Amino acid sequence: MRVITYCDALREAMVQEMERDEKIFVYGIGVPDHKAIFGSTTGIIERFGEKRCFDTPLSEDAMTGFGLGAALNGMRPIHIHIRIDFMLLAFNQIANMLSSCNYSSCGKLKVPMVIRGIIGRGWGQGFQHSKSMYSTFAHIPGVKVVLPTTAYDAKGLLISAIRDDNPVIFIEHRWLYWQKEEVPEKPYTIPFGKGNILRKGTDITIVATSWMNVEAVFAADILAKSGVNVEIVDPRTIVPLDEDLIVASVEKTGRCIVVDNDWEFCGFSAEAAARISARCFGKLKAPVRRIGFAPTPCPTARHLENEFYPNAKNIVRAVEDMLGVKPVSLEGIEFYSHEKRFKGPF
Amino acid sequence: MRKDLNLELYRKMYLIRSAEENIRKVYCEDEMKTPMHMSMGVEAIVVGVCHALNDADQIFTTYRSHAGFLAKTGEVEEFFSEMYSKDTSSLKGKGGSMHLCLPEKGFMGTSAIVSAHISVAVGCAWANKINKNDRVVVVFFGDGAVDEGAFWESMNIASLMQIPVIFVCEDNELAVHTGVRERRGYDSIARIIEKFHCRVLESDSTDVEEIHNLVSRAIAGVRNKPQPYFMNFKYYRYLEHVGINFDFDAGYRSKSEFDKWFKNDPVLLQRSKLLKDGCKEAKIIKIENGISEKIVSAITNAKNAKLSGRDELYKGVFQ
Repeated sequence: MRVITYCDALREAMVQEMERDEKIFVYGIGVPDHKAIFGSTTGIIERFGEKRCFDTPLSEDAMTGFGLGAALNGMRPIHIHIRIDFMLLAFNQIANMLSSCNYSSCGKLKVPMVIRGIIGRGWGQGFQHSKSMYSTFAHIPGVKVVLPTTAYDAKGLLISAIRDDNPVIFIEHRWLYWQKEEVPEKPYTIPFGKGNILRKGTDITIVATSWMNVEAVFAADILAKSGVNVEIVDPRTIVPLDEDLIVASVEKTGRCIVVDNDWEFCGFSAEAAARISARCFGKLKAPVRRIGFAPTPCPTARHLENEFYPNAKNIVRAVEDMLGVKPVSLEGIEFYSHEKRFKGPF
Repeated sequence: MRKDLNLELYRKMYLIRSAEENIRKVYCEDEMKTPMHMSMGVEAIVVGVCHALNDADQIFTTYRSHAGFLAKTGEVEEFFSEMYSKDTSSLKGKGGSMHLCLPEKGFMGTSAIVSAHISVAVGCAWANKINKNDRVVVVFFGDGAVDEGAFWESMNIASLMQIPVIFVCEDNELAVHTGVRERRGYDSIARIIEKFHCRVLESDSTDVEEIHNLVSRAIAGVRNKPQPYFMNFKYYRYLEHVGINFDFDAGYRSKSEFDKWFKNDPVLLQRSKLLKDGCKEAKIIKIENGISEKIVSAITNAKNAKLSGRDELYKGVFQ
């Protein structure tokens, strides 16, 4: 099978769906420009024309309401924000309008809308270009929240999101755009609420989100050399959440670390830890641990940013500590390869 | 023709006024457990606009939605059953007075967040333009909404994309209790909107026929050539911001202002016009009685119906 990037998988999902259903349109600030949202919308305007692919004024709030209105009249909008931080200007629409439309109308007003938001990181993105925000959106009943990690998931989950008759917030980490994988050419869907075991293991469960799955896999490779078998669970969607998959894994291993691409306080890691603790109480050999961002705004300086973000090294040490394993030497291992790869401006 | 039109306009306004007069009578029973934002005073604007629409046209209103709902849908039973949160309401009590919604009759919904529905109306209207279905969308909002950024974003988008949406500002110069002097760094909304690629009309009339004629012409233009239209209509909110009472003792406005506007009360004005134009009073009374009976019966039916099921709580978060 051919190998494509996460970015190409996103584009292919949109193109194939737009060919299938003429009600789908894609819009947002910079969507049809020459940069094309890091290439994820390349060629769409040429293929489908400016009625189905268009730029917008810098009006995130109203353009979100616009999408909602179009959806109420049978259209299927995909609204894209090149940074999820900008989506906060649309938070009123998401929290007060989109989320409650179906409920308050007893299902008469359905909202088949996808909002793609990109999490930034590195090269001084700083405190306004690097937030994750998914826990905040997930807190509000009535929106689905999707966080694909792999290229395969990016395509299958985006197609599911587009076909869903509810508002779906689809969150992509900028660094995942380079992930490569075998991805089927034909359209396919991945159901929401079904997590993915990224790696099978027996000693400890790591529940990781978005980019942190890449760090977790890196850590698991290192730990394997010391004979530690890590199981990695990627929930893929946090609303709905595949709680059973996580619980089954933790019941098997007895230990769990939630590694979240976000702050810990009131975040997804807190939610996951609470649910795991409640359901696996008698089977846990140790309290559930959490790893997340430092509880500070994200700094812009590289050396401070490296302190701010957890990485595979932190995961390795946490696992060793939890299992009472002697710390392995990490000398000579490059933990910041992506930091070096990612050179601005975005 | 004109007589029939005026009678129909009166019928719609009387329905709204009478429905709210009845709410004022029964609200103290505490059985309608929903915050009432009353429409009294605005009837000529809402009826004048809505009567110029086709059934398939769509409207959005604010939380002060009684007039818009009744003018667009005429659904009195649905209206009262929702006020009482009854099983007979299609919304099962999830909307209440602030969130009425009957999309099958073109009443698309409301927002209790000032201005949040305006961009939604713009998107709805854009979809109509794309689908070439000849529908127009009207969005009602108060002058307080014009203070919000979302209004200006929406105005810009509609003007930029030439979207067939009609912005109707129900201008009572009050945002809850705050007057325009505390809120505006400019003199006239309309003078500013004129700078957009958007047509503008203004009126401070309480004459429903006059408003209806103005709006009918404007809407014909919008159907002929898709474009946005901004309409600023002055009116006076008779009752308190929320609740069923007058509040002239609160200090932020005077009774004399009300007296001035009430001399031209839209419902009474239309009634005297009908009489002046030769309509028999007996005929008017018969119409009024018919409407009153319909309302009283809807209230009785709503009271007698059972509450919506408790299982409704968990229904409908998602499709």
